[in-house]
Parts: sequence; C-alpha cells; structure tokens
Amino acid sequence: MSELLDKSLKELIEGVKKKEFSSREILDESYAKIEKYNDIYSPFITVVEKGETSDIPFSMKDVYVTRGIKTTAGSSVLGNYIGQYDATVYKKLKQAGYVLVGKNSQDAWGHGGSSENTDIKIPKNPWDKSRVTGGSSGGSAAAVAMRIVPFAIGEDTGGSIRNPAAWCGVTGLKVSYGRVSRYGAIAYASSFDTVGPIAKSAEDCAYILEIIAGRDKYDATSSPHPALKYTDFLDRKNNFTIGVPKEFFGEGLDPEIGYAIKKAVKEFEKLGYKIEEVSFPDFDFVLALYYIIAPSETSSNLGRYDGVRYGASRDKFTEETKRRIMIGTYSLSSGYYDAYYRQAQKARTHLINIYKSIFEKCDVFVSPITPTMPPKFGELIDDPVKNYLADIYTVIQNPAGVPSLALPCGFSKAGLPIGMQIVGPMFSEERLLNVGYRYQQMTNWHLRKPKL
Amino acid sequence: MDINHVGSLANLKIDPKKQKSFSEQFDKILNFVSKISQLKISELKETSQVTDLNNILRNDDIDPTRVLTQEEALSNAKQTHNGYFVVDSILNRE
Repeated sequence: MSELLDKSLKELIEGVKKKEFSSREILDESYAKIEKYNDIYSPFITVVEKGETSDIPFSMKDVYVTRGIKTTAGSSVLGNYIGQYDATVYKKLKQAGYVLVGKNSQDAWGHGGSSENTDIKIPKNPWDKSRVTGGSSGGSAAAVAMRIVPFAIGEDTGGSIRNPAAWCGVTGLKVSYGRVSRYGAIAYASSFDTVGPIAKSAEDCAYILEIIAGRDKYDATSSPHPALKYTDFLDRKNNFTIGVPKEFFGEGLDPEIGYAIKKAVKEFEKLGYKIEEVSFPDFDFVLALYYIIAPSETSSNLGRYDGVRYGASRDKFTEETKRRIMIGTYSLSSGYYDAYYRQAQKARTHLINIYKSIFEKCDVFVSPITPTMPPKFGELIDDPVKNYLADIYTVIQNPAGVPSLALPCGFSKAGLPIGMQIVGPMFSEERLLNVGYRYQQMTNWHLRKPKL
Repeated sequence: MDINHVGSLANLKIDPKKQKSFSEQFDKILNFVSKISQLKISELKETSQVTDLNNILRNDDIDPTRVLTQEEALSNAKQTHNGYFVVDSILNRE
C-alpha cells in the first residue's frame, strides 16, 4: 500500500501545493485503510461516505456534533442521534479545507481512560490487539497511529487526549481551558473539558491549533486571550528551564516509563534547556478532587438525556456512567455538598496556588502521562478505583486549566509506546509546541508506526 | 450511600440485582475521594472556573441562520404529535 499518510500534515499540504500528489490520492488511501482495518481495530464508530471532494482527510472523536451525521458520544443513549448543527471545531476545519472521514470510538461521554466504557465499539491498540488504546479519545489516537488520518480531534477532561496518545505512540495537545471553542462538544465536565488535536508530531499539532484556536461567540467560556500563529514559534531557540517534579517518579510508576522520561530529560539538556528539580508533594489529592468535581458536573450535564427531545432512555447508560452520575449526585446533595463538592472546589484553589509556585521555578515541567504500560482488556474496567488510579498524572492539569503536550519518548522492552507530557502555565501552548518540536528534531520515537 | 434516594435524585433506576455490588463499589469510591477532607484548606475560596471571565453577555437578537426549523428540532424525538414533543404525563387526573 502506498504510504502518503506516513507524511506529516505539513508535508501533505506542501506536496499537494507542488502537485507531487493530489489530495484525492490521500483521501483514497485513507478510505482504503479504513476498509482494511476498521473491522479489526474499530477506531471508527461511523465512517462518512466518500464524496466527490478532494481534501485532506481527518477524523473526530464522536463527542462532536456533526450536522446530518450520527453522533453518539460513545453511548447507545445517543445511538441513533443525527446531529442537528455543527460543532465550531468541525466548522473551522471544514472551512480550512479538510474533509471528515469518520467519527472515532471512545469511552461513553468521556467517562474512562481505556475506551472500554462503551456499548458501541471498543477500539484495539494498534501496537497490540490484546491491549486497550487508552481513552477516552482511544479511537482518535488509534486512527492517527495507524496512519489512517494525518490528524484527529480528541477531547481531554482528565487526560483523554494524552492517555491514548501515550498508549498509541502519537502526539496530542491538551489546550488551556477556553483556548478552543467547546460549542458542539458534548459536555462531560464543563469546567474541565478541552478540545484538541492528536497528530504525529508537535509541528502538525501547531498547524491544527492555528485553525481551531480562538474566541467563539457561541462559547461563553472561550478566551479572549489572543490565539497565535503557533507554527512561527516552533524552531525558536529559547533558554527555558524545565522542571522535574521529584514526587512524580516514585513508587507506583513503571520503571520503564521513568527511565524513558529521564532519558528525554537528558535530550532536553543537550538542547540547552536548564533542568530544575521541583516539588509537588501529596499530588494524589488531585485524583480525589477530580473524582468529586467531574462526576458532579457530569451528573448535571447528563440530566438533559431524558429521552424526550433526543436519545434513548436513561437505563441505557453503562454501569460506569451510572456510577459517575450517582457519585456526582451524592456529592452535590444536601448534607454532603460541603464535605465533598465545596471542599473539592477549595482544593482546586490549592492546586492553582501550587502551580503558581512551581512556575516561579521553571517555564514548563515534564511528567509521566500514565503510571503503567497499556493494560490488557478487562484489567482496568472491572475495578472502578483501579481504573481511576490510572489517571493520576493527567487529572492534575484540567482543574487548573493548564495546557499539556503529550509526546512519544520511548518504547518498552515489549515494544509498546511510552509517552511523557510537557506542562505549562495557562496560554503557553507556543512554549510547549516549541519544546516538543525541538525534542522531535532530535529523536525518532514519533516516527515509529505499528505493524498492522 | 442511600442508593434509592440518590438514584431518585439522579433519575436513575439501579437494577435491584446489582444494588449490592453498586453499593460496595460506591463505598470504595467514596472512601477513595474522602481523602479530600484531609487537606487543611478551610480558609481558601472555592474555584468554580478558571477563565477569569465574568458576565459574558450578548444582545437578545435572533440570528436566523442558527435557528432550527420545527422539523429539524423534532428530528430525533422518539415520539412527536402534530409538531410537538410527547412527554410523560406529569399531572394525575382523579
């Protein structure tokens, strides 16, 4: 099979411009791969019928409403819902000349870190079919890893772009809260949800961010902070200080992951960055904070699914979704609100204060994304608390709104991908993409693809 | 957790056969998140959102390009009647 889709988005755009190949050829290759691989790995819930169009293909997590195209959020509660309007992120990408080839499989409503919490289609890790892709944007990360599309739009509330990016060996960007419009993104936790790209490199993520970032009058939480031409910042030589939180690398982290990230830190030193040890003690409080506030917000957001205007009845929610709605309802209920929800909101302020003090000592910091390598099916989903513990490194960013870039940084002895994240202060995407780009100029991890 | 009480607040029916296992899982989860009470943060103010934005308003104008037609609005409903959504009856007649 010809390998146009191995090229970066930048190479595809330039190749089409120079007439080395046509965008129709790229599209044909994408559909041929979908036909060959979707039944085996299930990265797509819905495949859009190929039209006459000649544009570069992309896909989106099925959490984005698309007019006239089925949109399920990974749940059979919306199993037959046909979108009545377009999400802003979809509209912007269409206007920029990209064509949607399909909607990706996911954990229902974003509720999960393995894409197993769905009664529609569970995607398989393209590096090892017996293992999960990660989640909740599992299908999106798999579609990029499999080189079916040059990029996909995922969604990150507590790690849902970064976790599957790590476990599928691709690059993903959790943007600052408010950087990209959430209009048309089916809400999980409205004060945590972010819309962002998954691609093969930081450079490609920068190209997409330029298109999708910016204030949207239809999303009152979208930020007036100016969106930048992110690709202009990629190859700048900056004297950043990169923080390494010492507590993140203790017990509980798979030693192969710790080793790969420490090696990446050595690459950062070769690039001229200063490395500074920082401290983030007792960071596991953020998991408790997250698993109070996110279920609380989702219990409210999922209240609209009453089967009247759209959707099936509420008994079709999966067990994990019902659990989260119940935990949230309990935390908000009379007698428990102060001890749980209110206390968690104060913990959020505490978290923001911790970030302020860390970013006095460094410009960005590096962190693991997952504590383990991708598990086999069933290992996480059957044990709710074990499932939540897998989120320990990624829930730390969303309650504070800060951005984070997930980058491949190695492989385990068993040949499974390892990822790390670079975290920065609010609206520092250009800084993260710059560090990521320069790291990817020095290393090849992001160029490796699975044998399908 | 009083599953029946919380279930009725959440408009969710928990299968009676699953009540025991749900109850055990809730205990584990609540035990896990309850460690939030150990933080000494009572003097902090709550953060409910991180945008620093307040009172984002717009004019009360209709944008006709964004209005759904009645047909579009009804297009995903299980039950409609003469252009209306059909809902369960709320008021009982005696």
